[in-house]
Amino acid sequence: MKGKVVSSIREAISLAGLKDGMTVSFHHHLRNGDYVLNLVMEEAARLGIRDLTVNASSLFDIHLPLLDHIQSHVVTGIQTDYMSAALGREISRGILEKPVQFRTHGGRPSDIALGRTPIDVAFIAAPAADPMGNCSGKYGKSACGSLGYAYPDAMYAKKVVVITDNLVDYPLLDWSIPESYVDYVVCVEEIGNPKGIVSGTTQITRDPVGLVMAQNAAKVIQYSGLLKEGFSFQTGAGGASLAAAKFLKDIMLRQQIQGSFGLGGITGYMVDMLQAGCFRSLLDVQCFDLKAVESIRTDPRHQEISAMHYASPSHRSAVVDSLDVVILGATEIDTDFNVNVHTDSAGSIMGGSGGHSDTAAGAKLAMIIAPMFRARLPIVTDRVACVSTPGRDIDVLVTQGGIAVNEKDRELKERLVAAGLPVLDIHELKEKAEGITGKPRKLPRGERTVAEVISREGTLQDVIYSVPGQD
Amino acid sequence: MTEIVRSASAGTMESSDVYVEIEPGEGGIELRLESVVKGQFGPAIEEVVREVLGQWGVENARVSVRDRGALDCVIRSRVETAVKRGRGNG
Repeated sequence: MKGKVVSSIREAISLAGLKDGMTVSFHHHLRNGDYVLNLVMEEAARLGIRDLTVNASSLFDIHLPLLDHIQSHVVTGIQTDYMSAALGREISRGILEKPVQFRTHGGRPSDIALGRTPIDVAFIAAPAADPMGNCSGKYGKSACGSLGYAYPDAMYAKKVVVITDNLVDYPLLDWSIPESYVDYVVCVEEIGNPKGIVSGTTQITRDPVGLVMAQNAAKVIQYSGLLKEGFSFQTGAGGASLAAAKFLKDIMLRQQIQGSFGLGGITGYMVDMLQAGCFRSLLDVQCFDLKAVESIRTDPRHQEISAMHYASPSHRSAVVDSLDVVILGATEIDTDFNVNVHTDSAGSIMGGSGGHSDTAAGAKLAMIIAPMFRARLPIVTDRVACVSTPGRDIDVLVTQGGIAVNEKDRELKERLVAAGLPVLDIHELKEKAEGITGKPRKLPRGERTVAEVISREGTLQDVIYSVPGQD
Repeated sequence: MTEIVRSASAGTMESSDVYVEIEPGEGGIELRLESVVKGQFGPAIEEVVREVLGQWGVENARVSVRDRGALDCVIRSRVETAVKRGRGNG
């Protein structure tokens, strides 16, 4: 067998022909335990390559060495779907000349496939791979489960390098990405830190405010008219979202309703729902915890899906198009139901859409679950600092102090009122919160554009400004 | 008038709480404020701290307020408790 194994990341970079001004890409399945992005960028810097654009499906605090590469102009462009707070703070100070381009988890593969964001070399961290490049996330000490976000990179990049710490004999069965896409394979000691790759099980919230929110959320679903045989559902990994899933599970079991699929970002709680018979299947673009990894490896009802299959708006269809209900978070939401998940209250970048906009656009019922205020700052504002997901795609806001339904959803509002749920106008909800917190003064924003938020269809949706005093 | 005779504190550094420290001072109220929502609520927080100190007749003290986004009612109770812990004959 000829094999594609090369001796080092350095050799793979050279063989792939990486040069100044090119674009490299990474997936984020190893999350805050990922070593691969840093290893590759370090070698690129040592090779004297400059002016690279990093296209990563998400960036975490472990990727802080990127700041040095920005300083030294090894990296001059960033495209991502999500950026954690420590990196975001520096970007918000304006350290990168070119604005960061934020996309969604569906927009990224769509724009890659359409050739809008071509990738020169994709580096794919793989918890298991064989010498020809068949690779999987399900096996090995660095197992992360699904490799969904790596598919567009593998399929459309000009060169594809698989980096593994678990080289197995050919053929690796049950591959995610087949050898037909792969140019080179590198075996390193460790591709990541298992502690950062998958978390233990996130606990359901015990905070009484969170529990009231979760109960309200489950009741909204119960009375929405959507909770029936074949129901489909996605929820986040936050404490209140998980609690909502728990209450929903109780309702589904009591009423003997079996859903068609659970989607996500899969956590152990969704696996519990599958095993309890709440769903016929799980469709999984990313595993959040060990239980999800174990399930995708062993349970044929738990299927891996690619980023395109999950959420792309330009492929023939995506699973989000068939989704009934999604529960999502928000750092703020305005009276037109526009949602911000990119910046914090000071305007500093601390997140990104991920699949927020995609699932909101696709789902029949897109629900935001959030407390009326966090650390004295009301969740409902006149205008969000950044439109991450447009209000036209959001149907309902659930808080502990009441439920606000978007004007466009008259039927839903009637159903919830008839069920005796505490439905308020979103302006009333805003006033109610401000009655407790006081009215916050608006913070000034900086002058520079530090990031562009690109809609899932590929158009400029909003921009993020620098944080003043820091630019 | 309430005299502050010893250093005292109340509250925590948890989110949505406030940590208030008070100690004897001279020549009025010397207030130091740090807050995660200073931009949005700084003057409002200072006003309520001074109001509570006034209600309890504290005229001379050094007060440090480290706010983690506490509501007014929380700030009031933390300041009042710090005063009661730091005052004489208390």
